[in-house]
Amino acid sequence: MTAALRFDPIRLPPECEALRKDVRAFLAEEVAAGTFDPHRPQREGNDARGFSRRVGARGWLGMTWPKQYGGHERSFLERYVVTEEMRVANAPTRHFFVADRQSGPVLLKYAPEHIKMDILPRICRGEVCFAIGMSEPNSGSDLFAAKTKATKTDGGWLINGSKIWTSSAHVADYMIAIFRTSPSTKENRRHGLTQFLVDMKTPGIAVNPIRQITGQAEFNEVVFTDAFVPDDHVLGEIDGAWKQATSELAYERSGPERFLETYYVLTELVRAVGPNPDTRAAEGIGRLVAQLHTMRRMSVSVAGMLQAGKEPVVEASIVKDIGTVWEQQLPHRVRDLAAFVDTDPSNHATLADQLAFATKVAPKLTIQGGTTEVLRGIIARGLGLR
Amino acid sequence: MADNDNIVVATAERIFADLADPQTVTHSKDASWRAPLWQALSEAGLPLSWVPENCNGSGASLADGFGVINAAGRAGLSVPLAETMLAGWLLAQAGIASPSDAMTVAPSLPKDRITLNDDGTLSGVARGIPFASEARHIAVVANGANGLAIALVATADCRITAGLSLASDASDTITFDKVRPAAIKPAPRAFDATALLLMGGVARSLQIAGALESMLEISVGYANERVAFEKKIAKFQAVQHNLAKLAGEAAAALAAASSAADAIANASRFGDAIFLEAVSAKIRCAEAAEKGAAIAHQVHGAIGFTSEHILHRYTMRALAWRDDFGNESHWAVELGKRVAARGADELWPLVASR
Repeated sequence: MTAALRFDPIRLPPECEALRKDVRAFLAEEVAAGTFDPHRPQREGNDARGFSRRVGARGWLGMTWPKQYGGHERSFLERYVVTEEMRVANAPTRHFFVADRQSGPVLLKYAPEHIKMDILPRICRGEVCFAIGMSEPNSGSDLFAAKTKATKTDGGWLINGSKIWTSSAHVADYMIAIFRTSPSTKENRRHGLTQFLVDMKTPGIAVNPIRQITGQAEFNEVVFTDAFVPDDHVLGEIDGAWKQATSELAYERSGPERFLETYYVLTELVRAVGPNPDTRAAEGIGRLVAQLHTMRRMSVSVAGMLQAGKEPVVEASIVKDIGTVWEQQLPHRVRDLAAFVDTDPSNHATLADQLAFATKVAPKLTIQGGTTEVLRGIIARGLGLR
Repeated sequence: MADNDNIVVATAERIFADLADPQTVTHSKDASWRAPLWQALSEAGLPLSWVPENCNGSGASLADGFGVINAAGRAGLSVPLAETMLAGWLLAQAGIASPSDAMTVAPSLPKDRITLNDDGTLSGVARGIPFASEARHIAVVANGANGLAIALVATADCRITAGLSLASDASDTITFDKVRPAAIKPAPRAFDATALLLMGGVARSLQIAGALESMLEISVGYANERVAFEKKIAKFQAVQHNLAKLAGEAAAALAAASSAADAIANASRFGDAIFLEAVSAKIRCAEAAEKGAAIAHQVHGAIGFTSEHILHRYTMRALAWRDDFGNESHWAVELGKRVAARGADELWPLVASR
């Protein structure tokens, strides 16, 4: 008997709507001030740090964390609203996004008290940027093949080796990474990796940006040469990182960023076809909107289950699988549907620019944070097939 | 929506399991299983779930009734339970009491119109009406000179041309040739011509979602039993990934249909938000039916293509249900037009409002 899938029709509570208005008003001010252009996602902007501090000042970072660490003790559903409004607006969230979504929760769970008191309030104020050190030149999806070594020394560990495809490492203040502290064992090939907090200012760390097919250089190679990490920067159990990875992943996998990455091309398509689209364009738009609405309802449902203390691991993986495939195909579907739109440059230039960018971004969407193949493996395990 | 803690749904599931077991139904050479099933459903008050108690019904909530319809989909049920529930709901909108036997509703296709003539009779043709030939009465939405009316019509007074759905369930054409209804009343003000289509579409979406849940369950079960190349086919990554995709389609269908049902159950009228929810469910569930049924058959191989295997009860029904109450192409065009008319910058606020 297969465990039943659950997607309860959870609605965002009424307090979210006031928050949504606040976020929209804030973003409109930022657009007016020139921080970013919602119609030009390809423009990187140069004030991501300042934007991060202003978001923090609004109380929208560490929203769900305890107040003693600078958090705001609000619900995951409220955080959901902030995340989706920022994503749809193409706001420059890169300075705080990883810290707020992933690194902070890991520190909350595994860091010693004095480190939590030091770093978490700074994340909440939008002052620090985090990177995640998982992939290596010879280990990507196969996380447990990681070779970069942490060797015990007086008062800490010496790190040697390299991480790669590390987003934001060139601007990050900290990295949370897994390093090999023991060989794997015959019984458990996942054994022997430990999670560490690394201060990126540590001597012995070199960051080499890697240019991407979009023209941007957001990810990096990070080379460690006898970089020292103190003992109190070990996060969780030595050799036991594999036990710590699973529950946080549900948060990472099912958020609105997993289907809204290329959303702007749909908005721009609707603008380009105008108020009276032909049947072909109308049908195409209708299907895309139905698919979008469905994914959002799935994603909100998972957020609601997480808020209620459940662990919908399979459901969260399904949201990421379906969501990333959809956002990857979206620029291609929009291109099809725009094929017969009158090419009046006033309504078409922005769409053409956006499609060029979204089409180049698309290939990474089903790779980052767990490939489609890895996700389907997780879903298959949940179904009782492995 | 596996609401086994819901007593109404649990009652329905028990009756389906006892009297409409898919193996028994598939192997039955006649329709002898139908009468005891319908009798049990009637005794439990399920066909008239949505009829108030003072109109001869059991007065269940919309949410409970939707749960029953989802369970009927999981059971691949092939009797007019959802149709009778919809008919009872429709008649109750106008305060018309429901008769106690099986009913269906008309029209089902968005282009079909039934006209209320000046002399109080009905004219028109309604195609693709599920189970018309097995129902004693039809609840009808008719267009009169003074607006919409809701009518109760005896099937014996109409001409019925038999047809079959993909799943070989009755899907008939009803011709109303100056038929005098058994009862007729004006539709309430808040009721528009799409309300029946949207309500019916959500019912079909829940049934498709239920059928997909069952396709997933029996496909996973089969993959864990069937051995090929000296191992269970569940151990092949290609099969695992196909089943993961089927789970995704079942999940999408379930989420879309449950959301739409919840939206209707908590709304006072059929506005823009209900339109988005209901037609999105029908569109997405229809797409899921196509992708999901294909995978379920692929996993089963030749055995799933035989009439003696139960798989087709779910796959063919899910595919057939796409066509009732407006197919996905129809609703996609309507939704696309509304989105375009609202304008690009109003799309996200609409989606985010749900």
